[in-house]
Amino acid sequence: MVNNIENRILENDKRAAARLITMLENKDPEGFRILKSVYAKGGNAYVIGITGPPGAGKSTLTDKLVKAYRKKGKRIAIVAVDPTSPFTGGAILGDRVRMNDLNTDKDVFIRSMGARGHLGGISEATSAAVKVLDIFGSDIIFIETVGVGQSEIDIVKNCDTTIMVMVPGLGDDIQAIKAGVMEIGDVFAVNKADRDGSARTAREIEMMLDFNKTLAWRPPVKMVVATENKGVDELVEAIEAHREHMLTSGAFTTRRIQNAKSEVVSLIKERIEQSILDNAHNEDKLSTFSKEIVSRALDPYTVVERLYEEIKDTIHIK
Amino acid sequence: MERPIRVLVAKPGLDGHDRGAKVIARALRDAGMEVIYTGLRQTAEQIVNAAIQEDVDCVALSILSGAHNTLLPKVVELLRGEGADDILVIGGGVIPGEDIPFLKEKGIKEIFTPGTPTQVTIDFIRGNVNR
Repeated sequence: MVNNIENRILENDKRAAARLITMLENKDPEGFRILKSVYAKGGNAYVIGITGPPGAGKSTLTDKLVKAYRKKGKRIAIVAVDPTSPFTGGAILGDRVRMNDLNTDKDVFIRSMGARGHLGGISEATSAAVKVLDIFGSDIIFIETVGVGQSEIDIVKNCDTTIMVMVPGLGDDIQAIKAGVMEIGDVFAVNKADRDGSARTAREIEMMLDFNKTLAWRPPVKMVVATENKGVDELVEAIEAHREHMLTSGAFTTRRIQNAKSEVVSLIKERIEQSILDNAHNEDKLSTFSKEIVSRALDPYTVVERLYEEIKDTIHIK
Repeated sequence: MERPIRVLVAKPGLDGHDRGAKVIARALRDAGMEVIYTGLRQTAEQIVNAAIQEDVDCVALSILSGAHNTLLPKVVELLRGEGADDILVIGGGVIPGEDIPFLKEKGIKEIFTPGTPTQVTIDFIRGNVNR
């Protein structure tokens, strides 16, 4: 057992922080009670999101960025999210493989999380884990998403600077102008820049960014070779420039308020969803209804209205 | 409370053979566990740091180099030093039968030698984690 978590976490106790994250991941009410009691102590960490397609080099780049920030004496935490099997609920969390050197640095805390059914690129508990690691005393927290496709943009609601990691050869310039993940980068890193096509990839991203003339911050595009630590210092400079912009323009606070808003909305949604589902699963109503939908005795819209009517009064929705 | 068991699968020491560790990692995943895989050539210190930060229920050590009598007890000892002796430690690999009593005495709860069906390991973990 790990006792007295609320005091120990303020004393930079790793075991307490690790256990609290587990409790929050498992939706243990005691975990939320503890987090509420220490929440006011947080707010000091700067949060950097790292996202990009699978195999783009997010973990390797995170490893190199963390080393660069460690040279500046910063205390670092990393939350690395990997996919959970939709069939068994199991997961292989392998981001630590690329971060082995960081493992014995006492000022680096790495936590791997399974996405556990959440589809936005991070897990439901990621934002809670970030709060814990902030209160625990980290200066900078990196969130590494699962490998993303085109629309997993939850990361942006959880961080102050988003780094979009791209690699050459993923598609033509029409990919770069689609909506979704390409719109959320504050800094773009073209990794594996020693490969053919990297200059073209960078150019296509630049052109995509140039379409939008109204941006207060024009995201820079940096070429890196993470495995060889090339271009990492320049990438750090670009991140620092964005951080400076966020802090001086007031965008930092605006974004955090926006993020708090969207967090509250999603927590409300989650709670309402849970009460609807708890009710629907009661006496296996949902299975019965579903069979009737398939046999055309009912339609899904009528089922939704019935289930909604049943719980409406208990949660006071207008 | 329904929650996945978290297992750290690690390879201490210097041998470079990770097929067994990967098979076990995959089997535990398919059994619904969250497996933190750390890769090759880990020191006991690295393994223990990872186990603490990941708050795992079990550390599964795969070793084929012959250094098991040194490295496996070292992991248990360091976990104890961190107050984390509630974490279940198990081992697997090419480990001679005559070494197993010594390893168990040192706190490695079970040793799985080649040919063990993965289900045996899965059942052992489910039956012996402390939370």
